[in-house]
Amino acid sequence: MLASCVACSLLIVCVLAWVLGYLLKIGFGSVTWAFFTEVPKPDAADPGGMAHALVGTVVLVGLATLVGVPVGVAAGVYLSEYTQDKWLLAPVRFTADVLAGVPSIVVGILGYELLVRPLGSYNGWAGAFALAFIMVPIVARTTEEMLKLVPDSYRAASLALGATKAQTVLRVILPSATGSLVTGVMLAIARIAGETAPLLFTALGSRFLMLNPNEPFPSLTVQIYTYVTGPYLEQKKLAWAGILVLVMLLFVLNLLIRFVTSRSLAGRMA
Amino acid sequence: MSQNMAERTPARYPVLQAIQSNQPHAPAVHPSLAQLDSVVEIKKFSLYYGVKQAVHSVSLAVPKGKVTALIGPSGCGKSTLLRSVNRLNDLVEGVRTSGEVIVSGADIYAPQIDIIDLRRRVGMVFQKSNPFPMSIFENVVYGLRIHGERRRKVLNEVCERSLRGAALWDEVKDRLGQSGLSLSGGQQQRLCIARAIAVEPEVLLMDEPCSALDPIATLKIEELIQDIAQRYTVLIVTHNMGQASRVSDYTAFMYLGRLVEFAPTAHIFQTPTLAETEQYITGKFG
Repeated sequence: MLASCVACSLLIVCVLAWVLGYLLKIGFGSVTWAFFTEVPKPDAADPGGMAHALVGTVVLVGLATLVGVPVGVAAGVYLSEYTQDKWLLAPVRFTADVLAGVPSIVVGILGYELLVRPLGSYNGWAGAFALAFIMVPIVARTTEEMLKLVPDSYRAASLALGATKAQTVLRVILPSATGSLVTGVMLAIARIAGETAPLLFTALGSRFLMLNPNEPFPSLTVQIYTYVTGPYLEQKKLAWAGILVLVMLLFVLNLLIRFVTSRSLAGRMA
Repeated sequence: MSQNMAERTPARYPVLQAIQSNQPHAPAVHPSLAQLDSVVEIKKFSLYYGVKQAVHSVSLAVPKGKVTALIGPSGCGKSTLLRSVNRLNDLVEGVRTSGEVIVSGADIYAPQIDIIDLRRRVGMVFQKSNPFPMSIFENVVYGLRIHGERRRKVLNEVCERSLRGAALWDEVKDRLGQSGLSLSGGQQQRLCIARAIAVEPEVLLMDEPCSALDPIATLKIEELIQDIAQRYTVLIVTHNMGQASRVSDYTAFMYLGRLVEFAPTAHIFQTPTLAETEQYITGKFG
């Protein structure tokens, strides 16, 4: 029993190591300075870089976070703090769980129907909306769980001083859970930064470095997809480099999450 | 407990017998209490957690500007009664009440009552110290901030006055910006007292404020309670008979959700009217 558990665990670690090793072997050579600074060139032998895609992903994720975090946190506060509305809590929680499990391509089609067709063109807003849509249930549920860890004695103390429920939430409950909320948000960011399917139908992708979300918008994942499925060898190499950079970014983000989590836990112990 | 009690309760304890068999009984209330001004007046107050009745028609007038202690064995409803005075029991699901609790002339269970305003006028210190995870300063002025006070000068003044009032100023005046959680257990409880008196409540409720503290910290809080009683009316729940006799002017003895005897503390501890009270304070039961 123990032996098989150990073997399976080792297998998982080996698979991860093998993937990383493979990526490094194929992609590392193409992670050049030009990768981070140049935009695509119309030249099969010298495809340029992925600066536009990196910027695009940052902008899309940023916009999605601006929308998704407030909505998700508000929903989480509702689920955790307004427990007297019993008839509504269970459906909301169930909906959040179902939404968190909806295939991301479905979210992409939703974004297409709501923001691409009416506006007449693929655009960055639709991409950001689709990513935010994926983010909300994750943030809502982590917020709920984190707020439930805040001791009830804080709530009692605040209410006993004549605070309203809203004041208690805004001044005591949320601030004392900030560290863990940041963790939840970062987990959600890590999730959406790697999404491709919802962007295919919404932001579509672009070969230009741009900041205007009214037009088709570049992203790292879609650019990787385009290059990998395209015919040009140099572009495929660039795609491998893009995958490596994406994996590394998520890796760093995960380390950061661990760091923040351990610090906020340590803070709670003190 | 009540079963053992029943076996050990002979006829010379008619009040206990009546309570245990759920018969009406007459609490012994010392005649001197009738002449005192009261700031909280509990009238035939009952409280139910769902179907379970925790407080049975208790009537009790808390004298103004004095310390009144609620004593009695665990589960006798003294904490529940205390939390009825600032309606903190509202947080518990399925709570119903009957009767009245009059604070400064108004029944706080009347439908038009403003609970937020009530809780501002009735402060509370909890069993386990519960400073917020924010600075010492922000802890003390929290009550003012939520009521919209922003003037730095006022906040500073109130902070100093409250911390002095809670005998904590000298220990923390150089580190008001540090977290309230960095203080020792006794200091944290005094910080909570400072936070409660910062809004100048009319009544201060204390729910076993020393039960989690060591003897030295307990002694400090006990001195503080007597000090505070110069300005505020204090209603304190305590498990500790010695503490009740040291800090309180009046003592109410409760049993199974009923008031048994209510009298000046010296009277309760030296010449209690009821044999039941004497049994309890000498440690024969409970």
